Amino acid sequence: MSTTPLQPLTAPATVTSWYEASARTRTRLLLDPGSFVEFIGPEKREVSPHLKVFDLPEQFDDGIVVGCGSLGGAKVLIAAQEGRFMGGAFGEVHGAKLTGLLRGARDIGSMPVLILFDTGGVRLQEANAGELAIAEIMRAVIEARCAGVKVVGLIGGRSGCYGGGGLIAACCSSLAVSEQGRIAVSGPEVIETNRGTEEFDSRDRALVWRTMGGKHRRLLGAADAFVDDTVQAFRDAALALLGEAGGFGLEILTKEQARLEARLRDFGTCADALDIWSAMGISHADAVSSLPADEFITLADAFGRISHDAR
Amino acid sequence: MMLDDILASLFPAGHDVQNADGVVLGSGALRAGGRALVVGIADRTPLGVDDAIRLAAHVLQSITTGNGPILIVVDSDSQRMSKRDELLGLNEFLAHLGKCLIHADRHGRPTIGLLYGHSAAGAFLATALATRVLVGLPGATPAVMDLPSMSKVTKLSVEVLEEKAKSTPVFAPGLANLAQTGAVHAIWDAAVPLVDQLEALLQAIPDSDDRRDLLGKKRGGRSKAYEIAERVRGLALQMR
Repeated sequence: MSTTPLQPLTAPATVTSWYEASARTRTRLLLDPGSFVEFIGPEKREVSPHLKVFDLPEQFDDGIVVGCGSLGGAKVLIAAQEGRFMGGAFGEVHGAKLTGLLRGARDIGSMPVLILFDTGGVRLQEANAGELAIAEIMRAVIEARCAGVKVVGLIGGRSGCYGGGGLIAACCSSLAVSEQGRIAVSGPEVIETNRGTEEFDSRDRALVWRTMGGKHRRLLGAADAFVDDTVQAFRDAALALLGEAGGFGLEILTKEQARLEARLRDFGTCADALDIWSAMGISHADAVSSLPADEFITLADAFGRISHDAR
Repeated sequence: MMLDDILASLFPAGHDVQNADGVVLGSGALRAGGRALVVGIADRTPLGVDDAIRLAAHVLQSITTGNGPILIVVDSDSQRMSKRDELLGLNEFLAHLGKCLIHADRHGRPTIGLLYGHSAAGAFLATALATRVLVGLPGATPAVMDLPSMSKVTKLSVEVLEEKAKSTPVFAPGLANLAQTGAVHAIWDAAVPLVDQLEALLQAIPDSDDRRDLLGKKRGGRSKAYEIAERVRGLALQMR
């Protein structure tokens, strides 16, 4: 008689879509099994004090999971935004949990931080608190990096990484992004509302993906690693990025200045991502968007810009 | 106050600050000796990739060649909203400027933001909110988002929002609301020469630790941020 192994209760990381998964599922499957310990979990019911003013439902974790776990046997601090609650937006409590985590990392000095971004930016119902939280987080990321902490961002969620989330992401030591991982400051609808459809047609999804999506960000050197849309791929990328050199200081800022100046010089007159990709030497720029992840990674390794040590 | 009047009042001993299409660059002579680097955005100019990298270059150059405090004067729009800016990675350019300011602040060049007009969203984060001390001048009109736009998102009328704003400083635009959350350290008196207020600030400049959450708690604008951040920090420290 043959024995059939019991099926696991949940899908393994290799077949779980990052985009579709919740913040808690991403966290659990990203880290070593059973290693996650949450700080101020939902049982503490530390909800936003502001949403009731707008008669809006609260969430017991305010849309962010923070805690500690291990990745490949080494301890890491981790924060995961829930893009399905208020678009993953930064409010007072949500933001303070990430600020506190980064300050803890700074004080410890050796434990890296993973930030699983999934955010539309500031939560407008608490706009002043959310905007200030983002400013505090940016400063806390820099302070942690100055203390020798690596801060790695993982981006591939439903809400992308918009508004102040995009600025925080650009403060990280390195980023891994999937095709779905849009990174920008102004979202498509915001540009269209302010400047009209001639400037940006937010319903043109292909335009959104190639302007803000993960492939373009990887080719530009705005992200360090491109990954397929599975939790396993993000885990592998996080492990690889944590193994790279970190640090922060004048030398890195000077290199970043040169890197961004070069980008403006080389691509500043390009009207579209397709023009940028062609200018990089990619012969079939129009085929990039439809390339499967493995083929795109080969292409990006050959033609994409590198931001390593210059961010 | 207009930028020219502000600069004249800050630096009666003279300055060489220029405003070129909204990008402010230069320096001013301090009464106590030495000079302050001055950078900023004027005339409610939106902050895009080209201006952000110019401002950052100026700050970086000053880190290696200069000394003294850095003053960031701000009357900006929000970030420049365009396809080109986002295509080129505006988030990196804005963050880079913020990082340069924070790095300077932590390395002997205390940064002071002077918000004298408007600012919003990403432009606010990359400039005024990336400083050690943010000072507001009466008449400044910061807004993360204006009420009509907020009305569109929240599906509440402007009248309802205005009514709600009376009970909480947490979402509505305005200098006083931001000050209550801890974002603005002090509001200066436009009737007193700015040089006096600047010199007083420089003589009692706080260290570079970020205490805006504690300030927001004391002022009643953010009741939970400080306590939540401290609890999480403490729990993280237990994991080492």
